[in-house]
Amino acid sequence: MLRFVLTRVSLIIPTFLGVTLLAFLLVHLIPGDPIETMAGEHGIDPARHAQLRAEYGFDKPLLVQYGIYIGHVLRGDLGISAITHQRVTEEFFSLFPATVELTICAMLFAVLLGLPAGIIAAVRRNTIFDHGIMGISLTGYSMPIFWWGLLLILLFSGVLGWTPVSGRVDAAIFVDTHTGFLLIDSLLSDEDGAFRSAVSHLILPTIVLGTVPLAIIARMTRSAMLEVLGEDYIRTARAKGLSPVWVVCVHALRNALIPVITVIGLQMGSLFAGAILTETIFSWPGVGHWVVEAINRRDYPVLQGGVLMLGSVVMLVNLIVDLLYGVVNPRIRHTR
Amino acid sequence: MKSKLLAATAGLALALGCAHAASAKTLVYCSEGSPENFYPAINTTGTTFDASAEQIYDRLMQFTRGTTNVEPGLAQSYDVSNDGKTFTFHLRHGVKWQTTKTFTPTRDFNADDVIFSFDRQWKPDDPYYKVTSDNHSYFNDMGFNKLLKSITKVDDYTVKFELNQAEAPFIADLAMAFASITSKEYADNMMKAGTPEKVDQDPVGTGPFIMVQYQKDSTIHYKANPTYFRGKSKIDDLVFAITPDVSVRLQKLKANECQVMPYPNPADLDTIRKDPNLKLLEQPGMNIGYLAFQTQKKPFTDKRVRQAINMAINKKAIIDAVYLGAGVVAKNPIPPVMWSYNDAVKDYPYDPAAAKKLLAEAGYPNGFETDLWAMPVQRPYNPNARRIAELMQADLAKVGIKAEIKSYEWGEYRKRAQNGEHQMAQLGWTGDNGDPDNFLHVLLGCDATNGGSNIAKWCYKPFDDLVVQAEHVTDINERTKLYKQAQVIFKEEAPWVTIAHSIQFAAVRKNVEDFKLSPFGSHIFYGVDLK
Repeated sequence: MLRFVLTRVSLIIPTFLGVTLLAFLLVHLIPGDPIETMAGEHGIDPARHAQLRAEYGFDKPLLVQYGIYIGHVLRGDLGISAITHQRVTEEFFSLFPATVELTICAMLFAVLLGLPAGIIAAVRRNTIFDHGIMGISLTGYSMPIFWWGLLLILLFSGVLGWTPVSGRVDAAIFVDTHTGFLLIDSLLSDEDGAFRSAVSHLILPTIVLGTVPLAIIARMTRSAMLEVLGEDYIRTARAKGLSPVWVVCVHALRNALIPVITVIGLQMGSLFAGAILTETIFSWPGVGHWVVEAINRRDYPVLQGGVLMLGSVVMLVNLIVDLLYGVVNPRIRHTR
Repeated sequence: MKSKLLAATAGLALALGCAHAASAKTLVYCSEGSPENFYPAINTTGTTFDASAEQIYDRLMQFTRGTTNVEPGLAQSYDVSNDGKTFTFHLRHGVKWQTTKTFTPTRDFNADDVIFSFDRQWKPDDPYYKVTSDNHSYFNDMGFNKLLKSITKVDDYTVKFELNQAEAPFIADLAMAFASITSKEYADNMMKAGTPEKVDQDPVGTGPFIMVQYQKDSTIHYKANPTYFRGKSKIDDLVFAITPDVSVRLQKLKANECQVMPYPNPADLDTIRKDPNLKLLEQPGMNIGYLAFQTQKKPFTDKRVRQAINMAINKKAIIDAVYLGAGVVAKNPIPPVMWSYNDAVKDYPYDPAAAKKLLAEAGYPNGFETDLWAMPVQRPYNPNARRIAELMQADLAKVGIKAEIKSYEWGEYRKRAQNGEHQMAQLGWTGDNGDPDNFLHVLLGCDATNGGSNIAKWCYKPFDDLVVQAEHVTDINERTKLYKQAQVIFKEEAPWVTIAHSIQFAAVRKNVEDFKLSPFGSHIFYGVDLK
């Protein structure tokens, strides 16, 4: 197991270097001069333009810029935002807890509903349950997030008034930041109603962000379960007189979990990085929206740093998924 | 008996406390974006100015709420020398700096703070010059780096500004966000503590609201400054709820999760008007959207061609189709809200037949080919340049002119337009200080043709003489006369097609009283009340 873990961890290093190169190069492929973009209609005089280019290091050859960049990255310094002039790492870590909180809630929602839905669809194959669940999951997968989010806001916040419209907590409630996770900070706060407000603000964005992963998990679980339920050992388990629930949930599900874990891991990674639309609609102050704004503003340090950090998060999640394979399936951890 | 008295006293205190808490007014503003930081001098966006300059700071002069009129701010009066080059400001006494969790002032506002605030932007050897950023955009753009000769402290409440030349818009410039006055004492304390950048992250001003907390990209909490020199705000707590999506802002307003929202979608204006709980406020923007001819390239060297194109374009159709009614047809290069606007000027009529005739007179009976540039981004004065270009292209085709629409990435577009690489290019401008000089001289003056903002490359001496003279004259009536004459010349020479002035809107709940839209697009909450 240790060898398995070390092998997987060692593969992170070249991947990380690849991500830094990609983050650096992709950012510089964006058309337009960042200094000119910042200047807007007022323009900027050539001397001042040259001075700012030198200050930000844009006047150096790309390879030299990359070298300087890597040197800083290895020291944990991702630079300073060209717009806010704050350290990129500070900004990232101030916003990341919001993305993590939303992502975890969305994945819990997707897994807690998607797994049972997929199991039921597989066990009740070709019944109304199966067709209904698969129909709903296809619909969920097909709906554009932007449309789905606005629709839920119109219905539940606008018409019914059951949920708040957007944000993480009521604007009038004051919660001190301790961890950045509002569910925890609101419990620590002595403001009345803070926790209830934090929970109610999570409902709609969780549903919106979790809809596509839920659909994918349900479908993948169904497919995997159908494959496993047809195996000989399942027939043997049934023949031995084991209860249907035990057969499905212990023998079948465990073997069906490998591809499902893959999907959950991939979805988790992409949710961390790509909750941009949900964050925008629900005014959720996370890293997705931060990175997109950096593109619009040509904030190179934030763009590079944000892509690098998010890439690192995705790598970490994939590593955990790889390691989980070994836990779930001993054959994998003993394979050379 | 004693215990009963104590209980009664406690009960009364509790009741009073509850009554106060119950009556504490909180206004939530659904802001459209996050501020870059809280130091106005290194920023240029209205979003940042709203969060910083307009709530936390004051300036020596200020614009009367809802207007472009300049009135005393931290300076209660000023004197100007006969040559117009020396301004002596008499500062208000007893103006208190805000007390925050990082700063407790030991003195009132005085001349040292004024000198610090300007030196920081002006003198590269000032210890604060490079703190946070040395990009003091507006200080340089308004020409202060060349205009200022010296700023001296006469006494604790008198400051003298000496200029290198007479500059009439100088007083209006001092009302702009970049000229916000910051605390020297706070700056000194933070420098001693080794954390100078804190002055721009945890700001301290003299303004009506104290910033309590900023949660990045989420909310900004302010509380009313109890010692504000104009009187404590009627609102006790102000919250900016950062809500980038315009549809979501409207939903929040309807749900009373916020009470004021800026920049509603033009398609939602009717919905807002019909909602019994909401009020729609509108104000002509201090801006202009235009199509500039490159007057140094043929055929646009010929005034008749420029006039013909003015007659060929159906501006009303553009307002209806693209601005969706959130704009007015422009006939002058300055907006109607600006003083010296010449309403007597007659615009070119939409008359394709007359346009064709004039083109023939100019030697182009069959028209010609040209490019037509469109910005790739939405601007406050132009919601969809691409669409406007398409409409213009169709109009021009009717008079025989074949226009090829071109666009570039925004920074590139502006740079190329400034270099005069276009034949016809759309652009626009939003006013900075309410002074006509900020439009007429900056956008159409001869000294702005080379690398400046005069993308029409139009240098016409009779016009230039008028605007240069008006810049140096201090009498407003004289300046008005000069600018009105300049607008007449502009219309005759037609270096632009003036397209539109956009109207700015805001939506508020019915219980919001006295919120005024600013011609500058600012959102100011001092003076606002909630019923």
